[in-house]
Amino acid sequence: MIRSAWLKSLRGMRPSDLIFRAVTLLMVFVVIAIVLGVAWILVADSMPTIRQAGFSFLTRQDFDPVHDIYGVLPAIYGTLVTSVFALIFAIPIGVGTAIFLVEYCPRPLRMPLAFFADLLAAVPSVVFGLWGFLILARWLQHTGQPWLQLHLGFLPFFKGPPLGVGILAAGMVLTIMILPLIVAVSREVMLTVPSSQREALQALGATRWEVVRHAVLPLSRVGIFGGIILALGRALGETMAVTMVIGNQATKPSLSLFDTGYTLSSVIANQFGEATPGLFLSALVEAGLLIFLITMITNILARVLISRLGRRYVPGVKV
Amino acid sequence: MSIVSQVSQSHPFYPPRSVLTIRRRISNMLAIVLTTIFLLFTVGILLYLISYVLVQGLHFINLNFFTQVPTANGELGGGMGQSVQGTLILVGLASLIGVPLGLFTGVYLSEFGRGRFAASIRFLVDILTGIPTIIFGLFAWGLIVVPNHSFSGFAGGVALGIIMVPIVARTSEDILRLVPRETREASLALGATESHTILRVVIPSALNGIITGIILAMARVAGETAPLIMTAFGTTYWNADITQPTDALPLGIYNFSHSPYHEQVNQAYAGAFILIMLIFLTSFAVRWATQGFQQTNR
Repeated sequence: MIRSAWLKSLRGMRPSDLIFRAVTLLMVFVVIAIVLGVAWILVADSMPTIRQAGFSFLTRQDFDPVHDIYGVLPAIYGTLVTSVFALIFAIPIGVGTAIFLVEYCPRPLRMPLAFFADLLAAVPSVVFGLWGFLILARWLQHTGQPWLQLHLGFLPFFKGPPLGVGILAAGMVLTIMILPLIVAVSREVMLTVPSSQREALQALGATRWEVVRHAVLPLSRVGIFGGIILALGRALGETMAVTMVIGNQATKPSLSLFDTGYTLSSVIANQFGEATPGLFLSALVEAGLLIFLITMITNILARVLISRLGRRYVPGVKV
Repeated sequence: MSIVSQVSQSHPFYPPRSVLTIRRRISNMLAIVLTTIFLLFTVGILLYLISYVLVQGLHFINLNFFTQVPTANGELGGGMGQSVQGTLILVGLASLIGVPLGLFTGVYLSEFGRGRFAASIRFLVDILTGIPTIIFGLFAWGLIVVPNHSFSGFAGGVALGIIMVPIVARTSEDILRLVPRETREASLALGATESHTILRVVIPSALNGIITGIILAMARVAGETAPLIMTAFGTTYWNADITQPTDALPLGIYNFSHSPYHEQVNQAYAGAFILIMLIFLTSFAVRWATQGFQQTNR
């Protein structure tokens, strides 16, 4: 693990330096231990349901504490649908905003607008949930959903009574929440495109849009994709805002966006207070284990894609 | 003549000039209009959302909000004093755990971090920032709440502390890397030991940045709700005992947002106002403190 050259350099070192290095390394090992501990606790505490339900945990439709039957298929479905919904709308809007900020925006406005986007990425999710539940869901119930039903009711997406809360509201709140992230990452990636590439196309007489289309986007494609995966990870794991607006009632997975539903994390947040020791709690922890695995994979993928560009981190995400 | 015009129409490199220009102009204009609309949408919806919550919250902020606990359901008055108190306690606890771990990890990555082991630590820290915070709540629950048979502020503090680690680690690593190598070499050339150089020269010269990173991390975890549901749990009474359930502002907002009573919904808005202002003020402070220190990209 630690290279022998490093060990060799320890020889002939002063005690104070040795102690300092040891303390530093110890803290690093504590961090590693925490990550391992998270994985360990999640696996150990979900063992009862893994043993009892096995694979059917993933395929059953009912989450029924009374009869000790636990299945999270509707939650997995809800997680995927809300996240995909958010991506469908947030990708074009977010990338478009980033293109404007990098290529078209008047210079004095660039930094304030980018700073504003970064700022919003840090607003607590409970604030989005509060607005989503008190304002958006009510508006949807009284105005938005009836309108959709009147004009687009023949589509399978807009069936059922307008309740306000539900998959649609959750998807919309998620869209708004991941927008700043997609804008920040796309903007940072586009800024790394060398100006020589832009100038080469401009010298050939290309319009602004042709420069974006043929120089900027092809070169930043991989990084933007990484940012999108990062946003997907955020959407998949987002807990509070979704819990507050999704309705928390499992329905049969259907195409209708008016249905209420569950996501993996909203099941945990919503049910933990009432959960009884035993299989019930274990089932909730196993839902957590699923989110942990899913977001681990998406994040590793995103980081690998972004680091392919030779970038160490994504500024908009970190600060 | 006719042959020439035929050629110019069929050959991709010699299309009629006027047609080409119009089409290119239109697509260029279209791109500008579309991206402008997207920008206006992004800025507009977020600006509307934030200002709505801020304006609503501002109406209901008063002294009672900080000095009183919630009244019985439906009665007027009361505040969220215990939430404010709990948030202060939890963030303090979290800092005790998150700051040393994060700072030392940052020091390791910037001062000793070479080779594959360090690269994998860096990767691990990056991954940690992307894990949903509710996972760390489950971890602290399994580690502390279950053995003690009681929800506690301490468990909440541990969960929030872990969430702080990657934020503090990455900001302090980045800031420490900005300290010029000459500074380190000058200290070493004067005969200072390695640890002395790091503790007395490198860290002090990056102290502003490190502190702002820590403040940023504190502001971030002050807004966390999900990991507290299964750890700190919340309460409606004053409580300074960290072995007992402890409230927090985001928890209070979450609970009051679904309340049928106007008074409590209004207080949820007031709580959201405080959280947003906390994020904004710290972000501006960070911006101000790191200006000229960090190269801003434009």
